[in-house]
Amino acid sequence: MKRIAWGPVAKLVAVVAVLYALNALLPRLLNPYILRVVMLCGISVILAVSLNLINGFTGQFSIGHAGFMAIGAYSSATFSLQAGANWVRALEAAGTPTGIAQGAVLLAGLLLGGTVAAIAGYLVGLPSLRLRGDYLAIVTLGFGEIIRVLITNIDAVGAARGLPGIPAWTNVFWVGLVVVGVTVFSFHLARSTHGRALFAIRDDEVAAEALGVPTTSYKVLAFIIGSFFAGVAGALFAHYNAYLHPNSFTFLKSIEIIAMVVLGGMGSISGAILAAVILTLLPEVLRFAQELRMVLYSLMLIVLMITRPQGLLGAKEISLRWFTRTRPARAAR
Amino acid sequence: MSQTLLKLDKVSVSFGGLKAVADLDLELSEGELVGLIGPNGAGKTTVFNLITGVYTPTSGSIYFRGHPIHGLKPHRIARAGITRTFQNIRLFPSMTSVENICVAAHQHARAGFVHAVLRTRTFQDDEAAILRRASELLETMGLAEWADTRASELPYGQQRRLEVARALAGAPKLLLLDEPAAGLNPQESEQLMRLIEDIRMRFGLAILLIEHDMRVVMGVCRRIAVLDYGIKIAEGTPGEIRANPKVIEAYLGEEVHADFGENSKLPRDEDSHA
Repeated sequence: MKRIAWGPVAKLVAVVAVLYALNALLPRLLNPYILRVVMLCGISVILAVSLNLINGFTGQFSIGHAGFMAIGAYSSATFSLQAGANWVRALEAAGTPTGIAQGAVLLAGLLLGGTVAAIAGYLVGLPSLRLRGDYLAIVTLGFGEIIRVLITNIDAVGAARGLPGIPAWTNVFWVGLVVVGVTVFSFHLARSTHGRALFAIRDDEVAAEALGVPTTSYKVLAFIIGSFFAGVAGALFAHYNAYLHPNSFTFLKSIEIIAMVVLGGMGSISGAILAAVILTLLPEVLRFAQELRMVLYSLMLIVLMITRPQGLLGAKEISLRWFTRTRPARAAR
Repeated sequence: MSQTLLKLDKVSVSFGGLKAVADLDLELSEGELVGLIGPNGAGKTTVFNLITGVYTPTSGSIYFRGHPIHGLKPHRIARAGITRTFQNIRLFPSMTSVENICVAAHQHARAGFVHAVLRTRTFQDDEAAILRRASELLETMGLAEWADTRASELPYGQQRRLEVARALAGAPKLLLLDEPAAGLNPQESEQLMRLIEDIRMRFGLAILLIEHDMRVVMGVCRRIAVLDYGIKIAEGTPGEIRANPKVIEAYLGEEVHADFGENSKLPRDEDSHA
């Protein structure tokens, strides 16, 4: 197969074009239920890949990821409700097509949600400077719960009643764009000196530090980036669901995301994507089993972890070479 | 001509009530190969940890090329030019040999984070340079055929060698080797000896060596310092140390306790060398 030399700009244009096409086609081709599942898969993928940066790449035991998602969701929703809708109207009045106006304001909301979540990530990352393993896990767990309880008590965002009426601007294009973005980001990071630094910290922090790697800076950086994307995922969710309730962001949600990373294989990006899709589809596929649905889901997780504890892909990534060669490909890193 | 590279000035460190190192004076000049020996528990690895910043001295100062380094974080000291190997091998098990070395070359990378993600020209040039350097080092250390082998799958002797190679990747001025010959047979120890001397000459390094294998220590070190219970009890040439009654007593005294460990390798007299 002839290799075409694509420049990076050309690649970006191609991605945008494909997503634009998908955005136009999928709502026509798929029934609303399946489309919803696809969208939720996409959001789960973003969450799993972002958590993989913290847990899989850097070996930091973070179990409060739903908290970052919640921050992104609520901050972007508040922005849209307070100011965003007005901005869209203003842009439309100035002649901008509706789709583009909504998209532009949504983008602003995504960046806002991601940034606020990243700030939270920094604040949570700071204690990680001194804590290892279980102790860090407890801090992150506490953080996740604090966020949820705080939101439940802030009347301005609906508290326990929930926050309705969020403009539903999320579509296939935006979810797809962020999925591509976080995936490419992770792959590029993994195959760089900075990615190696993160893996080194995961493997042996003492040795990494002794070789000149500023471990504390990198650990905090992992938290900041991971939480940024979780915040963006939350913002996408908020503008898809059009309604937010703190109960969507419990510890259980954090566990679901961890399950995706662990099932996929800690550190494997494609593993996280695969597992995110599988674990989002599974409860839907099992709907026929009614009450037994969650029992079956849990049982499957248990069986999978017993038979293959390193996860579906271990530390490897899916490679095109798997399909073109007869012998197994090396770990692509 | 040779300048003082490393100077420990009355360095002490206490953990709770235990004084692990007491008023240690030690100096190394550029390009010198100095041995640090003593019974198990004497504080030798603690001295390494003090130099590399893992511990901060409770009193005293440490100077490297004239600048105080006590209290600095380990990664800063590594960047200043001091690297080490560990008593229990600390390779990155999930990474290949060449990747292990690339991590140590990190400090010389110019391309920042954004460059890496965007895959700019600067980044690609950097990566190529890092990879080249790592490959060259593997060649030099005779590890080229294991470049793509996971570190956890390497034979023990090669693991030890890889750790040394990795410590060299940062282009240090001072290399601290913590029991590099541990677990090696006489032949491998011999090879290691020659390797240590070779890299000292080739890279113009100063080396501080902790070892229990007296063959290696007496063979390569120009000067030896002896530690016992955190105190320097003797310092001199191999010949002087071998004959020093305090040194002999420090090692012989250990026989009374149950812990023999590597003491079987230590010369009581030349003939009954284990």
